[in-house]
Amino acid sequence: MRFLDEYRDGPAARKLAAAVARAATRPWTIMEVCGGQTHTIVKYGIDRLLPPEIELVHGPGCPVCVTALETIDRAHAIASRPDVTFCSFGDMLRVPGSRGDLLQLKSRGADVRVVYSPLDAVNLAAAHPDRKVVFFAIGFETTAPPNAMAVWMARKRNLRNFSALVSHVLVPPMMTALLEAPDNRVQGFLGAGHVCAVMGTSEYEPIARRHRVPIVVTGFEPLDLLEGVLRTVRQLEAGEGAVENQYARAVRPEGNPASRRLIEDVFEVCDRKWRGVGPIPASGLRLRDEYRAHDAERLFAVADIETSEPAVCISGQVLKGLKKPHDCPAFGKECTPQTPLGATMVSSEGACAAYHAYGRHHEPRTARELPLLPLAGAPA
Amino acid sequence: MCLGIPGKVIDTYREHDVLMGRVDFGGVVKRVCLEHVPEVRAGEYVLVHVGFALSRIDEVEAARVFALLIELNQLGELEGAPP
Ligand code: SF4
Repeated sequence: MRFLDEYRDGPAARKLAAAVARAATRPWTIMEVCGGQTHTIVKYGIDRLLPPEIELVHGPGCPVCVTALETIDRAHAIASRPDVTFCSFGDMLRVPGSRGDLLQLKSRGADVRVVYSPLDAVNLAAAHPDRKVVFFAIGFETTAPPNAMAVWMARKRNLRNFSALVSHVLVPPMMTALLEAPDNRVQGFLGAGHVCAVMGTSEYEPIARRHRVPIVVTGFEPLDLLEGVLRTVRQLEAGEGAVENQYARAVRPEGNPASRRLIEDVFEVCDRKWRGVGPIPASGLRLRDEYRAHDAERLFAVADIETSEPAVCISGQVLKGLKKPHDCPAFGKECTPQTPLGATMVSSEGACAAYHAYGRHHEPRTARELPLLPLAGAPA
Repeated sequence: MCLGIPGKVIDTYREHDVLMGRVDFGGVVKRVCLEHVPEVRAGEYVLVHVGFALSRIDEVEAARVFALLIELNQLGELEGAPP
């Protein structure tokens, strides 16, 4: 397929990895921000293609993983109501709440549905005026325009039976929080390409300057990630901390102005608690007052719920890049994708699930011990 | 979650006053909201996330990483690289 296969070329990947090896004179720790990037890295063994000096740590860039337990429990309380049709992206259905997941609720008869797009939930509300259709609006800046569009359309079409349970998170405040943490290990970032396709790159300039940290906005295919690492390492070796855009085929410096305007119209910035990480100031989006008629949190006043996390789960440290999934005593034992204890084992973009899917049950003795999964074989 | 997939626009139409289109993802055709890429034409590629086009794909920029590879070859960067 165009714009996919050619970025998975094996010989080209090895050339870029060799260029990284030549550029790196000492150890560097680089975080890929987005869970989609984590998935590609583990799937294709990008980390094992790189020289031993370069350590990739996995960031908290998986909205499914960082949605607060309280929010999951609130979703359950709303989805349990007999008058509600609860719509969600598929990944959220298996995220463990304090009392099971949405899929179990569905098997007990609740009207819980998977939608491909938030606009499908709007159409569902139009088709079923007798049902209260609630859409679970989670995501980063990438998902904010489609989610905002759904709410905006519901208001425009006067669909009073459509509402959104909003728990949006924002990337730049999270990166700042990580950099300011006393135990931070991150020296450079691969920026989340699809977030920047919406928001552009300007928000990252002050972060790069203030912390003197390279931020290379990077795509999601193997060659993208390797070029992102190469550019980050070149900056680190030169003592620079600048914003670069590796993913210019999809990311303009100004992002998508129409999307940014819509986000601004529908949402406002709020404080947000991240599962495993904790509260981060001004790191979330919620609906503006003008859209309160479509705000599920206000429509279904759910009393505060007492939540409980399994004590063994170290997903918080995994999300901050401090631990790897196989450092967790439950990894692959009590905790598997079939029986997840923490959210990072649910979404295919969660680091624990990615490590489990691709057999990363321990560190290899040498970086080159294990074979790579095949990249496309076409010659460079 | 933040998956964006490139697809080729087949045609465009309006629905409830919003720009929509049929987009081909390697043979699978889906209806996609194109409201935020209004200048897109049939035959061009867009990056789609949850049924919504986030941006157009710039074909010139798309070739750049391959130009970098040629440059790496010409610089002889690979000679003497670790195994
Ligand atoms: S393996 Fe399971 S229990 Fe351990 S950190 Fe990951 S999600 Fe939590």
